[in-house]
This record gives sequence, structure tokens and C-alpha cells, in this order.
Amino acid sequence: MRARVLIRPKAGILDPQGEAVMRALPALGFEGVSDVHVGRLVELTVDDASQIEPMCEKLLANPLVEDYEIVLDR
Amino acid sequence: MKFGVLQFPGSCDDMDALYAARRVGDAELLWHRDRDLKGADAIVVPGGFSYGDYLRAGAIARFSPVMESVIAFAREGGLVLGICNGFQVLCEAQLLPGALLPNTNLRFTFRQVELDVIEGDTAFTSACQGARLSIPAKHSWGRYYAHEHTLAAMRAHGQVVVRYAPGENFNGSVDDIAGVCNEQGNVFGLMPHPEHAVDELTGSADGLCIFASMRLVVEGARV
Repeated sequence: MRARVLIRPKAGILDPQGEAVMRALPALGFEGVSDVHVGRLVELTVDDASQIEPMCEKLLANPLVEDYEIVLDR
Repeated sequence: MKFGVLQFPGSCDDMDALYAARRVGDAELLWHRDRDLKGADAIVVPGGFSYGDYLRAGAIARFSPVMESVIAFAREGGLVLGICNGFQVLCEAQLLPGALLPNTNLRFTFRQVELDVIEGDTAFTSACQGARLSIPAKHSWGRYYAHEHTLAAMRAHGQVVVRYAPGENFNGSVDDIAGVCNEQGNVFGLMPHPEHAVDELTGSADGLCIFASMRLVVEGARV
């Protein structure tokens, strides 16, 4: 099974990458952008989709500072 | 006493840590694939970019064979010092609370920093109680973070061991925290590099007191 794991900085934790992108956009003429956050995408193929959550907890994300979302591709 | 200095692929401060440890005792390198800590009385997890820091700093190193032994050693009360990447590894291994995030300026920064020793009654700072230490720091992922309720517990237990002096917190660490210990007090991690400040030739020997404090504990326990 093909899956994607979306990993984002937890809400409330300063995200300087997101802020840098947000500041850069108006300079290129893109106005009205707010709440920009930059995270990571992990794509993987697994035999057993139930393994993905423990993978996230142990390695793919740091649950202390990151949220993750598992998206299974059909 | 004997220090064991871990060596991962990508470690780059292992030799300086070895040199610093040898200023106060014996020291030996411990390869990441070995589980044998070779009778070391204390462990140093050095700086660098263990396993390339792929994914997240320290995230992969924490699963190395040598770290399994270090985690068991720490749980039995053994002294473990983590410097920079070593601090990140110890946080990832959950031997220390909190996490290290990218510097707020998003830049690798290398500079001499002033640190205030907040807790002088620890296994790592007894030789420099109340001191202000001048030590280099060099990292891009050094912004210490812990939840507010974790921080409150850490302050209550005396776990905030060193802080950046006023105006010195260049990476955006919460509460100006530069280094923390675990609740039991036998595991300590900090972002600045005491092993790079052990000789006046390089501008400061203030880092020696960390290693000297560890020696005092180990030798004291033997008497």
C-alpha cells in the first residue's frame, strides 16, 4: 500500500521557516497570505498500514513538537 | 576514571571531546556499532552530524547499538554528557526532556557565548558553581523547546542547569535555556561546546570545569 505522512510543526511552536516564506510572498506580489507553515512529506509503500502510526511515533516525527497525518493512497 | 566518547558516522567533535576528557582522566572512543562500553565510568555523546542528521538531528543515532547500552547505563545512574548533536541525540532518546528546533534565524551560527551556571549542585557543574562560562557554540538546530508544564517541573527539580547570559540567546531557546539535566541528575546535555574550551590557547579553558565536575563525582563515589 502506498501512503503519505504529512508532518507539521505543532500549533503554537514558532515556525521560522513558515514565517520566512510568508514574508517572502508579498515581495513577489502575492498579497493576502497568512498562517504559512512548512513541514515534511514522507512517502512510503508498506505491506501493513497499521505499522505507519508506530513508525511516526518512533522515528518519522517527533510527537513532542510535530503533528503528523497519515494519508493512505487508494 | 575513564570517559567513553561515542563515535558515530558524521561525528566531528569526537576527537576534541576525547582530548578534553583526557585533560581530566582517561578516555577511549566507543564505535557506534559496539554495545560494549569498555568499562567507562562516564559517557560523552559528542557533537557533529550523526548519520548525517538525516530526517532530524539525532533521530537515527538514538537507535544505534551503542546508544542501547548508553540508555541502559543512564537508567542505572551512569553519568552521560551530551554536547550539541549529543544533546539532540539524548533528547530524541528521551533521556532528557524537550527537543531542539531550528534556530529562529534559520542560520548555522558559530560564536563564543556566555553561559550562566544556574544549578551548581549537579554532577556536571559542581566545579563551576555560580560561574559565567565563555564557551563556543556552533549549530543550526539549537533552539531548545519544552512545553510550559514540562518547564515548570524542570525548574522545580533544578533541571535548568545552564542558561545563555542576558543578550546571548542567539538561537531563540525558550527561557534562555542552554543545557538541561534529567530529573535524576545523571544525564546532562547542552548546545555550546565545553570540549572546545579547554585550553587558553583557543581563548578559554572554561569548558574544563564540566569534565572536572564529572570526575569529582566518579572519584568521590569510589572513596
